Amino acid sequence: MNRMSPLARAGLFLLAILLGLFFVLPMLWLITAPLNPRTTLSVTLPSQPSLDNFRAVFDNGFAIRALLVNNLIIGGGAMVLVAVVATLASYSLSRTRVPGSKLLVYVLILFSSVVSGTAAMVPIFLLAYNLGLINEHIGVILVMTGGLLPSAIFIMRDFVDSIPRSYEEAALVCGASPRRTFWDVAMPLVRPGVLVVAIWAFVNAWGAFLVPLVLLRSPEKMPASIAFYSFYTEAGTPNLPLVSAYAFLYTIPVLLLYLIINWRFGFRFFGGIKR
Amino acid sequence: MAEVRLDNVTRQFGSVVAVNAINLTIADGEFVALLGPSGCGKTTTLRLIAGLEQADGGHMYIGDRDVTNLPPRDRDIAMVFQDYALYPHMTILDNIGYPLKVRGTPRAELTKRVTEVAERLQIGNLLQRRPGQLSGGQQQRASVARAVVYHAQVFLFDEPLSNLDAKLRVEARAFLKRLQHELDVTAVYVTHDQAEAMALADRIAVMNHGRIMQLGAPLEVYRRPQNLFVASFIGSPPMNLLPCRVDLGARRLVFAGGAALEMTGMMERLPASLRDGEMVTLGIRPEHITIRETAGASTLPVKVYVTEPLGGESLVITQMGDLLISIRLFQDEPPSLPDAVWLELNMTHTFLYGAEGELMR
Repeated sequence: MNRMSPLARAGLFLLAILLGLFFVLPMLWLITAPLNPRTTLSVTLPSQPSLDNFRAVFDNGFAIRALLVNNLIIGGGAMVLVAVVATLASYSLSRTRVPGSKLLVYVLILFSSVVSGTAAMVPIFLLAYNLGLINEHIGVILVMTGGLLPSAIFIMRDFVDSIPRSYEEAALVCGASPRRTFWDVAMPLVRPGVLVVAIWAFVNAWGAFLVPLVLLRSPEKMPASIAFYSFYTEAGTPNLPLVSAYAFLYTIPVLLLYLIINWRFGFRFFGGIKR
Repeated sequence: MAEVRLDNVTRQFGSVVAVNAINLTIADGEFVALLGPSGCGKTTTLRLIAGLEQADGGHMYIGDRDVTNLPPRDRDIAMVFQDYALYPHMTILDNIGYPLKVRGTPRAELTKRVTEVAERLQIGNLLQRRPGQLSGGQQQRASVARAVVYHAQVFLFDEPLSNLDAKLRVEARAFLKRLQHELDVTAVYVTHDQAEAMALADRIAVMNHGRIMQLGAPLEVYRRPQNLFVASFIGSPPMNLLPCRVDLGARRLVFAGGAALEMTGMMERLPASLRDGEMVTLGIRPEHITIRETAGASTLPVKVYVTEPLGGESLVITQMGDLLISIRLFQDEPPSLPDAVWLELNMTHTFLYGAEGELMR
C-alpha cells in the first residue's frame, strides 16, 4: 500500500468514525433507551436508570406471549424445517448426477428473488386459505420456509460441493450403508453449513412481519413484530419507552442463539484433506 | 484373499468411453498395477472394482461371486485413497476403527485390533490425535491401517503415494511392498508413476484410452513393449522411436535424410508379412546405443545436441534431422564429444513397429 499523506489519513479516519457512529448509534439507543423512563429518539444516558419500562412490558401479556411463544414457534419451526430440507436437498443435488440439476438450482434462486414477498402475497394468501392454513402458525412457517429454501439450498449446495466425495466413498467401501455414511461422515462435515443456514433462517423468520400479518388473524397468535403495535396509542403514536424495552427483548434470543452455537460448535470450517 | 476378474467391463461418461471392454484377471494374492497417463481409464477401472462406479457393460467377479451389481460394502474390499480421506472429525483410533464399528465390533475388541495394526504401521502413539495433527506420511499410514484392519479380500490403491514428497514416497513404496508380502493379499494399484508400478507390482497393466495396451511382469513390459504406446510410455528416458523405410533388397532400414542401417542380426526374426518399402518404426532403448567417433559399416551420423549428467549415469542427446536420439551411459561424467558422432545400434535389442503401432519383432 502506498504511504498516505497525513491529511488523507486524517480524512480516512474521520470517514471511518462517521460510518462507525452511524451504525453504533442505534445500538446505543437500544441499550440506553429501555432504562430511561422518559425515552426520546435521541441517545441520552438516563439520569435515573430504572427497569420500570421492562416491568410495564412484562405486564402486557399479549406482547410477551407474542415474543416468548409465537415467535419461538415460528422462528424455531422455520429454522428446523429449512435446515432439514435444505441439507437433504443440497446433499442430493450435490452428490447425484441428475441432468440439469445445476440449472434447476439457478432457476430456483432466480424465481425466488423475482417472485417473492409482496408480489406473491395474494396467491400465497389464496393458497393458504384453500389449504385451511389461515390463522395457523404452520401456515406462516411453511410460507417462510418456502421463501427461504431456495437461497438456503444454494448456500448449502456450495458448502456440500466443497467437501470431497472421497470421505463418503471411503465409508461406503469399508462397509457402511449409504444412510450410515450420511450420518457418520457427511453430516458432521456439513454441520457448520447447516448451522449457518439454520441461524439465517431463524433470524429471517424471527423478524418476519408481512407474512404473519397477512396470514394470521387472532391477536394471540401474532408474533412480536406485529405485537409492537400494542405499544402504540390508538392515534398511532408509539410509546417510545415501552417500544424500546420491547425491542431490546426482541433482539436477545437472536444474539443468544448466535453466541450459543458459536460457543458450542463454532463457525469454523473443517479442512484436513490432503490436496 | 480372492481372484479378481473383469470380463468385458465397459464404463461410459456421456460420449466418452472411459473404460472400453476390459478383460483382466488378477490372481489370488497378486499385486497388479494399473499404469497410464491421466485420463487413460485406470482410476475408473479401480472405482469399477470398488463399486463406486457402475459398469455399463460386462461382468466383474471377486472370487467366484459376481459383484457387478453389488454395492461397495458387499464386495469385501478395502481402498486407500489418494487424498487419504481420513474423517477430520474423528480421532485416528476412530478413523482406523470405523470399518470395525460399522461391522458392529464391540468397542474393546475394536480398540485392541486398531492398536495392533497401528503398532505394526508405527503410528501407535498417534491414536488419540486428529488427522489434521498428522504429517502427510503419518496420514498415509493411517489410511493404510484403516484398509488393513478389517481383513478384506481385495485391496485397492488409488495413487496413494502421489501426495508424498520424493523421499517419503520411496520409503512408503518399500513399506507397502513389505506389507503386501506379509499380508499376502490381492491388490490393485493405480499410478501414473512407472517407477512405482515397476517397483511394486507382480504384473503391470499399461492403459491408454480405456484399453489395456499390455499386461505383463514389469521387466517383460520393459523388455518387450507390445506396441508403440507402451514403448513410448515405459522407460525413463523413453525408448528412441525412429521412423524408417524397409528396403528388403538391400537389407537396410532407410531413415529420412538418407542415413541407413543394415538389418543384420534382425533378419531371421522378421515377419513374413513385411513388404519392401513399408514404413515402420525402429525402437531402441537409450542404453543399447554406442557412440563412435568414426563412421562404421552400419552407423547413423548424428550431431551432439546436449549432454546431461544425472548423477550415477549420464545422458547424451543427439540429433538426426529433426529426430532426437538419447543415449544412456553408465558413467557419472558425460564424455567430451566432438560435434559430429556416429551411433552404433545393438540390433539384437531393437524392435520394429508396424504402421498400426503393433510390434513386428
